Amino acid sequence: MKPKKLEKFREVMEEIKKSGAAIYKNPKGTEDLVILSPYHINYVHSYAQDSKFFLALAEGKLLGSRCKKCGMKYGTPRSHCMKCGSETEWFNLPLVGKVHSWTTCYFGSEEFLKEVPFNLVLVEFEGVDTLFLSRLVGIDKEDIFIGMKIKAEFKKDPKYLVSDVCFKPV
Amino acid sequence: MGKQRKVYIISSGVTKFAKAHPDMDFRLMVKKAFDYAMKDVPNLQLKDINGSRISYFSDHFARQLKAASMVQDFLGLNPKDSRRIEWGGATGGQAIQAGWETIASGRMDVCLVAGFETMSRVETWKGNEFIALASDTNFDYPVGGFYTGYYALMVQRHIYEYLRKTRFANIKDEKKAQLLATKEAIRIMAMVSVKNHINASHNPYAQYPGKTTVDEVLKSEMISYPLNRPCICTMSDGAAVMMLASEDVVFDYTDNPVLISGVGCGTDTMRLADRPHEKVPLFKWENEKDYNNLKYPGVHSFRAGRAAALEAYKHANIKKPIKELSFIELHDAYASSEIQTYEDLGLCKYGEGYGFVEKGHPFLKNVDYGFKLPAKGTIPVNPSGGLIACGHPVGATGIMQGAFAFWQLQNSIKKHFGNDKLQIEKAKRGLIHSHAGTGSAVTVSILESVKK
Repeated sequence: MKPKKLEKFREVMEEIKKSGAAIYKNPKGTEDLVILSPYHINYVHSYAQDSKFFLALAEGKLLGSRCKKCGMKYGTPRSHCMKCGSETEWFNLPLVGKVHSWTTCYFGSEEFLKEVPFNLVLVEFEGVDTLFLSRLVGIDKEDIFIGMKIKAEFKKDPKYLVSDVCFKPV
Repeated sequence: MGKQRKVYIISSGVTKFAKAHPDMDFRLMVKKAFDYAMKDVPNLQLKDINGSRISYFSDHFARQLKAASMVQDFLGLNPKDSRRIEWGGATGGQAIQAGWETIASGRMDVCLVAGFETMSRVETWKGNEFIALASDTNFDYPVGGFYTGYYALMVQRHIYEYLRKTRFANIKDEKKAQLLATKEAIRIMAMVSVKNHINASHNPYAQYPGKTTVDEVLKSEMISYPLNRPCICTMSDGAAVMMLASEDVVFDYTDNPVLISGVGCGTDTMRLADRPHEKVPLFKWENEKDYNNLKYPGVHSFRAGRAAALEAYKHANIKKPIKELSFIELHDAYASSEIQTYEDLGLCKYGEGYGFVEKGHPFLKNVDYGFKLPAKGTIPVNPSGGLIACGHPVGATGIMQGAFAFWQLQNSIKKHFGNDKLQIEKAKRGLIHSHAGTGSAVTVSILESVKK
């Protein structure tokens, strides 16, 4: 069976999901054959030098890292210091921090569309030099402000993703 | 910088950016822009081109590895030197500088710089996912990977540092003060969106030209607070090219070339969370006291943009950009990042970006925007309409902005746009700026007209 000829590109996109192919009657005068071309893949992803952070998350701990040489403290761990290049060591971050910046997302990537609206937050910890990106839950947008105190909450059923932790108001 | 040959732009071409071009694949899109550029310099033959630098951002969108090789092939440039350039959103600006290097170094006399992107091949939300993969996939993406969200985080802090602590300093209630400051910023960002859309209504290459008003922008859908839809660029299909030539051959092809007199590039951490809190790298006209309590760059400013500007100004011997530049085409993926970029480039001090818009400095003198501006047109920014109104097919974007800047400096806007509404009178020197993911890489290039 010949592919359907359609005049709207939006209809072409719907049609190829159903039948795999369609012809777009382009207002420029061409007839463009459009097909569906799927692409799925499973990656084998090692957290490598960051592994300990994700294992700790599952146990309800937040790990940062501290440079053994210059003492720079990272709120999101780095195995090597970005200032002096030396190796860092792990330390426990406090589970309470402050909102450094925040936003509410009403749209997002396909993977997270079902979760909108959600709040993103950059968390600052007392005495720590860099920040941590997370979700802020359990609060209305109108009540969020920079500087407010928030605390970490861990998922009961860890997926070994950074989203195993989120933050909520103290 | 060591000794180098002078590098000139001799011609350019742009394939109109559109939501989709189902009648052209990426090769044909580039070919159309290429043929346009070749027609503009009839003395230039295919055999005179020594090689190419070809840019596209995403293998996910292309789903064709070595797509740059296929462009080289399609244009009939084999077996000459070529390579692909990729550097996120700054891909186009990087490609121009990579082309500049081939000539400055003496390796080539004529180099083609070409870029494209085909983003229509997936639905918008999948496209957002592909783009968000240009953030740390261990620590950033799984939280809710969405670039508009990242830029919203950055501008929220910018608003806090520069509006909350100034215009709303007297308000004791912290929550209320922040809310008012953000409201003020949303209004000022809407002015930037209106500027770019109205400028683009005179640009036949723009994807979203249009008369709009601040009220209309304010009423539009919120995407990621405080960024609403008309303050954000969209995905596009498109291609752009630029032909570069050395000082030894340039006048064989044109009597109206444009000199690339300065190049600069800066970088920063991939993760926003890692950005340091240190001191501002100062321009000569700034003073350490200007920024006494400011921790820089944090997430509020683009240190890469500042570093790129410092390098490019030094190279082009620019002492005071606001006086010495006739216009700027910068990477306004968001109205917020346009304002933040004014400060990085030293058009005003850090913290003065919002007032810079309200005074009217980045608007065009002879265009009506529907509101009063006391100091209109000091230095027009994005006279073409920028990414917000022209579209953003990543690998082509920086080259498109380069093409528009080139035509401004040639005084040939009328020839290429069919009208001269956007032509800046006596444009002598322009700046082009290309910017990658949350400011992780930025290029700045300075262009100068040559014809008296």
